[in-house]
Amino acid sequence: MTPTIWLDLSVAAIVLTASSGVPGLALGRRSGAAQGLASLLVIVGSLLGALAAVAVLAGAAIETRTLPGPLPELSLHLRLDPLAAFFLVPVYLLGVAGTLYGTRYWKQAEHPENGRGLRLCYGMLIAALAGVVLAADGFAFLMAWELMALSAFFLVTTEDDRAEVQQAGWVYLVAAHAGTLALFALFALLWAVSGTLEFRPMTSSAGTQGATSVLFLLALLGFGLKAGIVPLHFWLPAAHADAPSHVSALLSGVLLKMGIYGLLRIFMLLPAPPPGVGMLMIGIGTVSAVYGVVFALGQHDLKRLLAYHSIENIGIIVMGLGLALIGVSAQQPAWVALGLAGCLLHVWNHALFKALLFLAAGSVIHSAGTREIDRLGGLGKPMARTAALFAIGAVAICGLPPLNGFASELLIYVGLFRVNADGASRLWSAAPLAAPLLAMAGALAVACFVKAYGTVFLGPHRSESAARAHEAPSSMLLAMLLLALPCVAIGLLPALAMPALDRVVLDWIRLDSPPPALSELVPWMPIMGMNAALVGSVLAVLLILRSRSRRRVPAQTVTWDCGYVRPTATMAYTASSFAQLLVGLYGWLLRSRSRDATRTELFPPRQHFHTNVPEQVMDLVLAPLWVSFRRALAPLRALQHGRVQHYLMYVLLTLCTLLALLFPIDELLRRFLGW
Amino acid sequence: MIDIATTLIHITVMLVMPPLLIGVINKTKAWSAGRQGPPLLQLYYDLLRLFRKDMVLSRTTTWVFRAGPVISVTAVLLAGLLAPFGAFDAPLAFDGDLVLFAYLMGLARFFTASAALDTGSAFEGMGAAREVSFASLAEVALFMAFVVLVRLSGSLSLTPMLHAPMTGAFHGLPAAALLLVGVALFVVLLAENARIPIDDPNTHLELTMIHEVMVLDHSGPLFGLVLYGAAVKLLLFSALLLHFALPFTFGEPLLDWALFAVGLLAVAVAVGVVESAMARLSLRHVPSLLIAASVLCAFGFFFTLA
Amino acid sequence: MNFSAANLLLVGILLLNLFFLGTSRIRALIQAAALQGVVLGVMPLLIHGRVDWNTGLIAVATIVLKGSVIPGMLRRALREAQIKREVEPLIGLVPTMLLGALGTLLSIAFASGLPLAPEHQNLLVVPASFSTVLTGFLLLTTRSKAITQAIGYLVLENGIFIFGLLLLEAMPFLVELGVLLDLFVGIFVVSIIIHHINREFASLDTRRLASLKE
Repeated sequence: MTPTIWLDLSVAAIVLTASSGVPGLALGRRSGAAQGLASLLVIVGSLLGALAAVAVLAGAAIETRTLPGPLPELSLHLRLDPLAAFFLVPVYLLGVAGTLYGTRYWKQAEHPENGRGLRLCYGMLIAALAGVVLAADGFAFLMAWELMALSAFFLVTTEDDRAEVQQAGWVYLVAAHAGTLALFALFALLWAVSGTLEFRPMTSSAGTQGATSVLFLLALLGFGLKAGIVPLHFWLPAAHADAPSHVSALLSGVLLKMGIYGLLRIFMLLPAPPPGVGMLMIGIGTVSAVYGVVFALGQHDLKRLLAYHSIENIGIIVMGLGLALIGVSAQQPAWVALGLAGCLLHVWNHALFKALLFLAAGSVIHSAGTREIDRLGGLGKPMARTAALFAIGAVAICGLPPLNGFASELLIYVGLFRVNADGASRLWSAAPLAAPLLAMAGALAVACFVKAYGTVFLGPHRSESAARAHEAPSSMLLAMLLLALPCVAIGLLPALAMPALDRVVLDWIRLDSPPPALSELVPWMPIMGMNAALVGSVLAVLLILRSRSRRRVPAQTVTWDCGYVRPTATMAYTASSFAQLLVGLYGWLLRSRSRDATRTELFPPRQHFHTNVPEQVMDLVLAPLWVSFRRALAPLRALQHGRVQHYLMYVLLTLCTLLALLFPIDELLRRFLGW
Repeated sequence: MIDIATTLIHITVMLVMPPLLIGVINKTKAWSAGRQGPPLLQLYYDLLRLFRKDMVLSRTTTWVFRAGPVISVTAVLLAGLLAPFGAFDAPLAFDGDLVLFAYLMGLARFFTASAALDTGSAFEGMGAAREVSFASLAEVALFMAFVVLVRLSGSLSLTPMLHAPMTGAFHGLPAAALLLVGVALFVVLLAENARIPIDDPNTHLELTMIHEVMVLDHSGPLFGLVLYGAAVKLLLFSALLLHFALPFTFGEPLLDWALFAVGLLAVAVAVGVVESAMARLSLRHVPSLLIAASVLCAFGFFFTLA
Repeated sequence: MNFSAANLLLVGILLLNLFFLGTSRIRALIQAAALQGVVLGVMPLLIHGRVDWNTGLIAVATIVLKGSVIPGMLRRALREAQIKREVEPLIGLVPTMLLGALGTLLSIAFASGLPLAPEHQNLLVVPASFSTVLTGFLLLTTRSKAITQAIGYLVLENGIFIFGLLLLEAMPFLVELGVLLDLFVGIFVVSIIIHHINREFASLDTRRLASLKE
């Protein structure tokens, strides 16, 4: 048996992280040592796992291994290939950052009743995520998938004494299991068509042709529910908003990406993508991107806003995937390389900046005590470092140079424009229309994050809670820095990530001609030069200004504001007002509900005004569907009256009926009556 | 040799000409109103004066307030390196630079709007809100224009894309597409540079301001940077527009530069005329105008498909 | 071999079933259940004739468990609840008995039509098993006191055990023990629940449990 060091390291990493929370169970509620031990185990495990992943991405050979399973036919196959390694890196990085963050954010002393459970499930989730990615057959995949979904459920419902957390957890569980059901169907069909549960690329034959479309639809349903593409995203906002912040970081950062990973894997197995799939995926991606960001504009809750942005970024990732699929259908390796690289790099980038944003939001909420943006404000003064880190995350998520979001969006743009420029065929001519829509989503993201950053960190303190805020402790800052540094690194030097992306593209693609290297397709040198020039010149000018201010200190006064002598905090523009123009423009989509102030006399008493953007798919489609379903099935409720005897009678009657069917009536009649 | 010279002239034009354009616009508006108007070089004097002054900072602000104009100007100037002037190549041209161009403008917008919110004033927040809202629609129009240009020129870099009309190879439907894109780009120019009919750079009433109101609290060198950055942005968008308005070349570098300079002034005059002839659109109607620009580009796109 | 003795005992089981359905005194029910358990414990030895470690151990375990341990737990629960009699069941004592008798007849008729192995042909095992299961079900569905329902569960398990006698050679040791353990645990849990029901509702009437429905 060939030595499989990297795979063994990965398995060891899984074991270490899964068991990180277990000592805590034995050590009791009062002990703080359990938390330190758990963090240590997670960090060590993640380091090992990340090492293995980086080694494979750098060029180590693909390793496989088979472990015995419960039945002889069902053994567990594991494989560490470049695609798996690529997804492992953000899993472990975010795991370490989250655990480090959690040592102060969710201290055992402050949360005795749910601290240990949280750490146990956190370690299990990291292990399950790694397991999903390493699994090389349907059975192992489903086991890891289910473990992942359940650990995430327990993490989301950590604070289950609150009603909205319970509801968020239930909706999440329903969605997760609906997806798992689709995946069961998918793998069963795969087994029927190809004869094995193992992830081996299928050969194209008559049997597989018809099944490909069905397999794709099942995969889209199952993995789409996990990834959160519109309209299967209804569970996302509540679940990510109501979970503790380092859990939200892991959920948004990596859990959603497992849906993308699943889709990528399935496309590796299918012989050829069904026709029109690429355009469909680009369409879905564009709709998700615009939908996500428009809804994010209407949110007042900081974490819900970030959750909707996750939907937007998943849309961008799916757009890249669609572009790659178009490339496969059109036999254009360059398009595949660009689309897939954009999709994958955005997976990394989004994991980094979204987790950073969630952790920063968490420290804001932790210190100010509220999630409402309009009650915060001016936190840039007491929480300067958190503000700077949030700013890095905000600039990155808008895809602005010189940070990492720009690199991945550039790949997708270049791909879309190449389809436009190269494609003589009519088939893909609509694809480039996604580029202006992506630009619109980007500009709306700028609007949304200016709103979020400006209202939370800039301006005056808008309430008492904001005035009482204090800087986050250093372990939380360190965790955020751990995520911000790669953002800046990938942004300034995107060429660093290209070899890894090349490796994954080469492994994924199944076309006749090899794909060109990414550094040939996109000229990174001038871009890195521009980024460096940007950063350099801004720093230079700021230094000049600063030295000038040293010599001639600028006067400090209140905001001039066209001559207002006494500005108050209530005069500062609120987030809802900031977004009002856009919310009005997209009112047909958002349908925000408001409770207006109604008294209009000369000296009206104190009134309240409240607006709220409901989650459309949930409130307009699913909830009425559920209500009518219940109403239709209400008569059956009469059967459920609570009396045990009657329930047992149902069993008895069923039994007797079945026996009566087997009753040899004719035999008996013949015997006793001589017929 | 020629490339270095071109680059130097490009940078010089980009650094020196912008305030002149603003002066031309103001002079045009004054003359059509029957006034003398400020001198053509007024903005140069203003900038010199502002850079010598002290700053007054609000206590509510943080580093974002000071960084806003700086990042804005730097981003716009770097974007200017990517845009070709007249018949000449841009100093930097590579595949995908159109995205960098647009997103550098986006970076400028992010920090300008954040600096406006930093002051905690109601006016500036209002201006920032309007700016980012209208920009989202202007971006669509700009990228739609890019899509048409990429399709017609077959290239992904701004220089060959914008030189495509000059080749004279397009007749019939593609030529019509270029015309539509040109009109749309003019609307985008008006929107991105806060000109009538989207915004009124002259009034100081909060009902009518977008860009002016965002920078109320900046003073001294920061305000100078803001004014200068706005002027450079106007020059860049005018340069983009000129490829559609004057798509010919003499073949002689000197004559081409002269043509370019004259073209810039002509665009400034045109903007001044539009500002004098029209009133500002009410804010409700601005999105319709921008969406109309996008639709024009979409029509152009479908023409190129035919 | 010892078939006639086995058959005799099975007839005794059938009569015990009718007794279950006809009485409303709970102490009598418990004693009858104990008796049925002892009889069932002896059955494997009679049917298969041999006495080896396997069957002997099972027989002893069954007799001890069903004959004294479980009835003891039920008697203690009864004492705590301080009731003596069952209330009038849903369909009356006599109709229940008639229903049980009818069911027994039908199961005899049914069993004669089944393709049994030759050595089991003339044995009353299958009819007795169906009849006992039916009795257990009737007790569960028509009685309302929790203890009677526990006894009904016990009788149901006895019925299944009787059927299992056919397969004694085929059933692994572990499964047998597992079945016994299952029974023990079931009754244990039920007696705890009886205690709680009594405490909560001050009565053992399981019809009150319907108020827990949401």
